Amino acid sequence: MIYFWAFVVGGAICVIGQIMFDVFKLTPAHTLSSLVVVGALLDGFGLYEPLIDFAGAGATVPITSFGNSLVHGAMQEAEKHGLIGVVTGMFEVTSSGISAAIIFGMIGAILFKPKG
Amino acid sequence: MANNKKKNQQQYQEFAKQRETKRPLIKNCIRAFLIGGLICTIGQVISTFYIHFFHFTEENVGNPTVATLIFLTMLLTGFGIYDKIAQFAGAGSAVPVTGFGNAVIAAAIEHRTEGFVLGVGGNMFKLAGSVILFGVFSAFIIALVKTILIQWGGL
Repeated sequence: MIYFWAFVVGGAICVIGQIMFDVFKLTPAHTLSSLVVVGALLDGFGLYEPLIDFAGAGATVPITSFGNSLVHGAMQEAEKHGLIGVVTGMFEVTSSGISAAIIFGMIGAILFKPKG
Repeated sequence: MANNKKKNQQQYQEFAKQRETKRPLIKNCIRAFLIGGLICTIGQVISTFYIHFFHFTEENVGNPTVATLIFLTMLLTGFGIYDKIAQFAGAGSAVPVTGFGNAVIAAAIEHRTEGFVLGVGGNMFKLAGSVILFGVFSAFIIALVKTILIQWGGL
């Protein structure tokens, strides 16, 4: 069942992105940045965690989860260290997306030749 | 003279608007839904795999899942397949984290000819940088406000 909801919720978030592309004529960069901010806001109000419980990868795979985990890391550290933790804990949870992108970006640049 | 120019510009913009091909919204949305949903379902399969064989919990399984998806994206981008998927799926391939990975990896591969420091290093985050910037900055503001409310407001 979790696979079904992952498909539906993940697909729905992508449709929101497509509407921002086509109806509001936003560039991909604007769309993705907005979605990240929306994800961060949703976690600020404590709404993203229930969505992950409900849809699994349907909520963790779209880029909105990046904003969610940034806020999550910041809040976790803030509980321990107060305001300083907001800065130091920022990448606590979400490091894998960025580090994977950097590592595989470098490996890709070594392995593959540009096309065209 | 200047007024005339402005008028011409306005006329041109209206003309361009008429000539612009209408984007097939419903078709695009269905494609985005199917491909986006498919990528998330693949992510769910990977998550289940990690939970069962590597003892991750549902809380932290997002991390290895995202890393694995970005690894797969590297292969698809390198062989030029991701571009074709993106042409078909639009936001369906851009919104999942694989789109973020593709933006970084494609920029890295494309600028390789300019050298690893200036080319790959300097251009890697050309597209993805704004996502990181606004993600981090908004998360900072939100976490700051929330922490202040909790500490001094007794929320």
